[in-house]
Amino acid sequence: MSATTAPAWTKPQQQANWLVRLFDWKPFLAFACLLPAAGLLLVFLTYPLGLGIWLAFTDTTIGRSGYWVGIENFQYLLEDPLWWNAVFYSVFYTGIATIGKFALGLWLALLLNNHLPFKSLLRAIILLPWIVPTVLSAIAFWWIYDPQFSIISFLLVDKLGILDNYIDFLGSAWPARFSLIAANIWRGIPFVAISLLAGLQTISPSLYEAALLDGSTGWQRFRYITFPMLMPILAIVMTFSIIFTFTDFQLVYAITRGGPVNSTHLLATLAFQRGIPGGQLGEGAAIAVSMIPFLVFATLFSYFGLARRKWQQGEGND
Amino acid sequence: MTDAAVLPEAPQSNTATAQPEAMAWDNKARRMVTIYLPLACFLLILLFPFYWMTVTAFKPNAELFDYKTYNPFWIGSPTLDHIKHLLFNTAYPHWLVTTMTVAVCATFLSLFASTLAAYAIQRLRFKGSQYVGLAIYLAYLVPPSILFIPLATMVFRLGLFDSPLALILTYPTFLVPFCTWLLIGYFKSIPYELEECALIDGATRLQILRQITLPLAVPGLISAGIFSFTLSWNEFIYALAFIQSSENKTVPVAILTELVSGDVYQWGALMAGSLLGSLPVAIFYSFFVDYYVSSLTGAVKE
Repeated sequence: MSATTAPAWTKPQQQANWLVRLFDWKPFLAFACLLPAAGLLLVFLTYPLGLGIWLAFTDTTIGRSGYWVGIENFQYLLEDPLWWNAVFYSVFYTGIATIGKFALGLWLALLLNNHLPFKSLLRAIILLPWIVPTVLSAIAFWWIYDPQFSIISFLLVDKLGILDNYIDFLGSAWPARFSLIAANIWRGIPFVAISLLAGLQTISPSLYEAALLDGSTGWQRFRYITFPMLMPILAIVMTFSIIFTFTDFQLVYAITRGGPVNSTHLLATLAFQRGIPGGQLGEGAAIAVSMIPFLVFATLFSYFGLARRKWQQGEGND
Repeated sequence: MTDAAVLPEAPQSNTATAQPEAMAWDNKARRMVTIYLPLACFLLILLFPFYWMTVTAFKPNAELFDYKTYNPFWIGSPTLDHIKHLLFNTAYPHWLVTTMTVAVCATFLSLFASTLAAYAIQRLRFKGSQYVGLAIYLAYLVPPSILFIPLATMVFRLGLFDSPLALILTYPTFLVPFCTWLLIGYFKSIPYELEECALIDGATRLQILRQITLPLAVPGLISAGIFSFTLSWNEFIYALAFIQSSENKTVPVAILTELVSGDVYQWGALMAGSLLGSLPVAIFYSFFVDYYVSSLTGAVKE
């Protein structure tokens, strides 16, 4: 048996044709393996990124390729109160929503880190707001924020009697701004909580035991063990959260479309409004490009501000 | 400090039974207030919009707009009118099919591309492979909100405007970086010795990939697949910008642009549409929830 199968087993090796040998040659194989991903990303990510920056310096509209106009678009934006309003709201929205998400998310993660019954079921349920399409849950929030049939108003006014009048959630600027931030926090908590929970579980219990022996209080244990050990993961999650909150589009577009009176426009929704329905592709691209400095700054800040120390990652001790 | 000082004395001074019981009760009550109560509040707030969505979807219109005579938190006489309206009077089934097709195709395309890329970066270890890895990671940080305008002009020039193919080709821009990143982490966990053994036995690199690495990486592939599927199902801005005709729209876009018409919103139908649109992802997710959570936390830890 073995005598007959042995030659059959070595045969394909000897007869390997040039194609098989080519695919076994490491440089070519690496190139071929990277080709699909690199191709897709270069064509549909890198090129559009460059094209977007180029478009920002032209007066392109839909159906007409534009001419180079230099920094005219940006000069126009600097004088445009709507753009300044969008910049303000984007920063405000990102700031408040990030603080809210991380404060509540950290709290939820600390709660989940206790010994609880139905642990995995609980985690699965908590992730739901993050899984469900944002637009669809935004529509639910839109209905919750309805001026006449809001369930929150109903509870506060008719059931509990705390307020006298129904809240006009989306009818005027500031309530609309805070309503959107609340919806964003609601959506962001699960992701933050589950990621931070993963970080919490990597902290060795012996650190807490040592601290207990030293007579530490609960706050001290949180402040000097949990928080510093959580810092690296916190930095990564925060970078992501800030980037995707700042460039958020879905929630605002679904609930207010930038209204009332353009008070809740984020840069992304303003870029969309000017660029696609408005047809001013050049100007829309300029608004989109104007997000880049903010993003770079936020990334550098959260990355270098929070994740610099090596000892927190357990490598070396300098 | 004071607690620690009192604790050791307690069993000596009291009869042994009374004190621990009181302590246990105190502990329980404390746990109730500090853990279970806040947790219950979190759960209530996180789940309420879904509950409200469901309740609204099955309420008849009379109950929907009258909180005084009917209890708003319960359905007096459940009705399927909204869902029937959605399925038979609108193009909803068509939107579902389009969304499903786009999500499945984009998922397979990105899984194919990112598996190969992750294998090349993690296992072939050519010169500069870590820079390629870094570039792919950076690509994930480029948000779609910056790209949709230039992509719209590209899609238009390629003649793909208003076609689902435009979505299938552009979704990988955010799927590939994420999946590659996730799979690099997964490949790292597969012992390299297995591949070395196969190399000594005379297997070619492609044979190793197909017969050794991929079968071992199935859990990683599944979680990357789930992530891609949910992300493509949730995608909104590209679908809004590149698709114009009603029948090619995806569910999230169609609900917002086709069902919201006129001054009177049909909240029942809107909620039914949102509920039905969320169900496929939720069901899909519930089957693979363990993969999902573990890979999410794993990817963050990397």
